[in-house]
Amino acid sequence: MTSRAERLTTYTVLSLFAVVAVFPLLAVVSQALDLPHLSFGAFSEAWRRGHFARYLTNSLIVVTVVVVVASVLSILAGYALGTMEFRGGSLLFYVFLAGLMVPTEAVVIPLYFDLRSVGLDNTLPGLMLPQIAQSVSFGVFWMRAYFRSAPRSLIEAARIDGASSWTTMRRVLIPVGRPAILTMVVLISMWTWNEFLLALVIINSNESRRTAPLGLSIFQGQHQTQYPLLMAGALIVATPVVLVYVFLQRHFIAGMLSGAVKE
Amino acid sequence: MNVRPPGEPRRIGYLYVLPAFVVYALFLLWPLLHGAWLSLFHWDGLTVGTWAGAANYSQAVSDPQLRGAFGHAVVLLFFYAILPCVIAFVLVSAMARTRPRGLTFFRTVLFLPQVVAMVAVAVAWQWIYSEHGPINGTLRLAGLGGLARGWLGDFDWALPSVGLIGTWVEIGLAMVLFLAGVQKIPRELYEAARVDGAGAFREFFAVTLPGLRRELAIALTLTTVAALRNFDLIYLTTSGGPGNATKVPAYEVYNRTFNTGEVGLACAIGIIIAVIIFAFTAVINRVVEGRP
Repeated sequence: MTSRAERLTTYTVLSLFAVVAVFPLLAVVSQALDLPHLSFGAFSEAWRRGHFARYLTNSLIVVTVVVVVASVLSILAGYALGTMEFRGGSLLFYVFLAGLMVPTEAVVIPLYFDLRSVGLDNTLPGLMLPQIAQSVSFGVFWMRAYFRSAPRSLIEAARIDGASSWTTMRRVLIPVGRPAILTMVVLISMWTWNEFLLALVIINSNESRRTAPLGLSIFQGQHQTQYPLLMAGALIVATPVVLVYVFLQRHFIAGMLSGAVKE
Repeated sequence: MNVRPPGEPRRIGYLYVLPAFVVYALFLLWPLLHGAWLSLFHWDGLTVGTWAGAANYSQAVSDPQLRGAFGHAVVLLFFYAILPCVIAFVLVSAMARTRPRGLTFFRTVLFLPQVVAMVAVAVAWQWIYSEHGPINGTLRLAGLGGLARGWLGDFDWALPSVGLIGTWVEIGLAMVLFLAGVQKIPRELYEAARVDGAGAFREFFAVTLPGLRRELAIALTLTTVAALRNFDLIYLTTSGGPGNATKVPAYEVYNRTFNTGEVGLACAIGIIIAVIIFAFTAVINRVVEGRP
């Protein structure tokens, strides 16, 4: 049994920290929309002056391509590394795993020169490819863990029925693995949407290719202390991820906290 | 550790891994190696570089400005990792024996700062720390108007101010981790401790701390890595200023490439950050898992 006092302390502490966590975010919403009057003046001005329609479209394109390509590649590789045995398989896995620990700061400068030398700087593909590579590192780690944990009996039953390795994956394991795949998809979406350093360095001169976070940072530079405008911009950039998070928070939390777990 | 994957030998496995490996090798492994190679040259990014050997690395540890940057990283490590983990740990331990309802709601809210784009976080906090922001407002209201200042532009206060943004981002992550862990500790252990006459203090060391070892390792790893990979926040709030007051290694990678034309040095700093992250992750996991 726990005493009333203990329960009260618990709720007080939790509430206090919940308030601290949301206060800056509520400040953004309330200033952007001029609450409690509710006016969309700052919002529409920021939308127009910050070119957010275009930047959000760019972000959406980048996220869609990165998520689709990285997920497919990760599922394929995770399937092989999790269910098949071949020479060098575990070495390959550790090579992918090491990528989880490589900070963007260590690769962004060489990437800048490499992409420039092949004409991919200031292009969306140039921004997508490094993010697909980073996402694959997490995706392989994540999908391999799922495929390893899938019941062996499922795989063996499919094999006895004469299914090829492809059919086993496609018809048996992927349908059962939807929750794991969804977690991977939401995490890669969030990381890609929020990515700033790569966008800043790779999209350094082509205004029409800026992503939403990069666009906001430029907008911030132009409107230093006009907080309602800046807050409106922040709201525009942050809202898509926050909306998805509200509905799928379990997936976000489970995935992000697993990133550091070693076997 | 079970290294062998289950399943029979199948050569076709290579075919499944190939596409992922090609992209990964070209756009992550290659840039990493290329960065290590570039770090061995004096190069301004335009003209022909000259061989430097380890000179960039020795400059990274001897140059007073760069030493300062690494020193700032240590300070931020306190704000990003130590402070959130200690506060969250103590608080969650204090509520270890209760099983509060509505935990899903609190978890969702506490974790929220982790999913908001850093650009938006930076905008919100710039307002909070600004001349007419809520912190100065509260100080003036309390009759302490003399203490009011533009926090991010103050030579002494800029670094701790940025650090506290890191604390704000990471504390929810630590709390969510520990809350999940503490729910898994069998209640009987606490009851047994009570029967044995253990006070809150002994209960903490005998039951809660050992029960949360794993979560502590994860929290320390994630927050430490966040403290070292904090380019976004620094660039967006202070750009390393005022003066050099908030320059950190992650920012210097960008600064030395695009502002001072020391590409080799910038790459060396990037490699050093990567090595520190590898080392930290390995050490934290070893210590907590009790291996030598």
